[in-house]
Amino acid sequence: MKQKGWKELVEGSVILEGGSAVKFKTGSWRAFRPVWKEENCIHCLFCWVYCPDMAVKVKDGKRAEFDYDYCKGCGICELECPGKKGKKAIVMVEEGK
Amino acid sequence: MAKVVAVTGNEAVANALRQINPDVCGVYPITPQTDMMQRYASYVSNGQVDTEIILVESEHSSMSACIGASAAGGRVATATSSQGLALMWEMLHIASGDRLPIIMPVVNRALSAPLNIHGDHSDGMGARDTGWVQLWSENGQEAYDNTIQAFRIGEHMDIRLPVMVCLDGFIISHSIERIEYLEDAEVKDFVGEFRNLYPLLDLDKPKSYGPLILTDLYHEYKRAQHEVMMKVKDVVLEVAKDFEKMSGRKYGLFESYRLEDADIALVILNSAAGTSKDVVDEFRSKGIKAGLLKPRLFRPFPYEEMAEALKNTKAVCVMDRADSFGGYGPLFMEVSSALYQLKEKPALINKIYGLGGRDYLPSHAELVLNELNEIAHGEKIRAVKEYIAVRE
Repeated sequence: MKQKGWKELVEGSVILEGGSAVKFKTGSWRAFRPVWKEENCIHCLFCWVYCPDMAVKVKDGKRAEFDYDYCKGCGICELECPGKKGKKAIVMVEEGK
Repeated sequence: MAKVVAVTGNEAVANALRQINPDVCGVYPITPQTDMMQRYASYVSNGQVDTEIILVESEHSSMSACIGASAAGGRVATATSSQGLALMWEMLHIASGDRLPIIMPVVNRALSAPLNIHGDHSDGMGARDTGWVQLWSENGQEAYDNTIQAFRIGEHMDIRLPVMVCLDGFIISHSIERIEYLEDAEVKDFVGEFRNLYPLLDLDKPKSYGPLILTDLYHEYKRAQHEVMMKVKDVVLEVAKDFEKMSGRKYGLFESYRLEDADIALVILNSAAGTSKDVVDEFRSKGIKAGLLKPRLFRPFPYEEMAEALKNTKAVCVMDRADSFGGYGPLFMEVSSALYQLKEKPALINKIYGLGGRDYLPSHAELVLNELNEIAHGEKIRAVKEYIAVRE
């Protein structure tokens, strides 16, 4: 992508549109990747509530896959996940492994 | 019809603000500014203006409130002095970086330590690099006139920058002078309706202020900020022309006093320029070609114009009521930079005077002009920077 020159900028670095954060894919920041284990999921949606971004998807009221374009790998979902019978439905796995 | 009154500098500026009636003022008291915004708060209480006045807990907060209100889409003003301006420091950069036309009278006062409440330019000079436009004022009349013009300059659609209007603490802020007020309707008409650029409260067009801009674009934004500053001079002159039509009072980028054929000249800001002009007159009556240059627009600094105005002089002294310890005075550094580009330039010296409100007397100007006269006649410069009226 061609970068803007100094004459093409909006005064005061104001962003003149809403929701533009969607264009900024932050998933590349991730060092650890959360992996969803569907068999241990009770669909409590705690992960969806606690995710500081919007990286947990919900479909028809049920927990769906992660959106890895925006998941920064903070691990809050794993921490909050109650799992089933002592087994977590989200585990963090080191990227590249 | 102008109304002639006897008022203090603070009262005159408060009255200018009343005539303009900004939408929001985030304010916090500090000597010697306190009585300016206290008067303004009375206008609010008495229903003379419909400003939303926000009383905050510090100057950091007052500037923050102003930034929020300005980004929301209001006409915004505040005022401060000294430590208050220093406490605003990080927010000053945000106001200018976000291109928010906040107008702020700065009643110049010394900085601590040691604690001192009197007139000196250390506060304003410390804010030199914050990206604010700075207008400096010799007396109450100029402070009043500059405040009115500041709104037109800062809010100009090609500019959109915050503006400081500097006036000397106590010497001007608390002294009663003869001042000509403009009619309320004239001022209202002169500043015009406030126009928005990117108001946050325009809910149909959502937007964000203050994004994270890293190595990919920050350098470009700062280059653009310099560019807009370079447009300010023309706007200042255009606004001054309109102001002269209305008031009969003429303003420029700086004032040249008996400078045209001068051999020796003082460059001096604010109230002390008034004292010095009398002494320049005395030297003229003795047949010595003395002159004076009083800067008005300090940021952006009119380098070329000032070099042009001083190029035929033989010796110039830049007088600073602020210091850069281990360096020259801040005004000296600018004038020196301006003159360096000339092929033939006058001898240049720097005197630090009047720190912490120390009286600046006609005899001090006389000493300096005598020294300049000797330098103009071939005497060697004994020291580039010296302190005047300092006890050994």
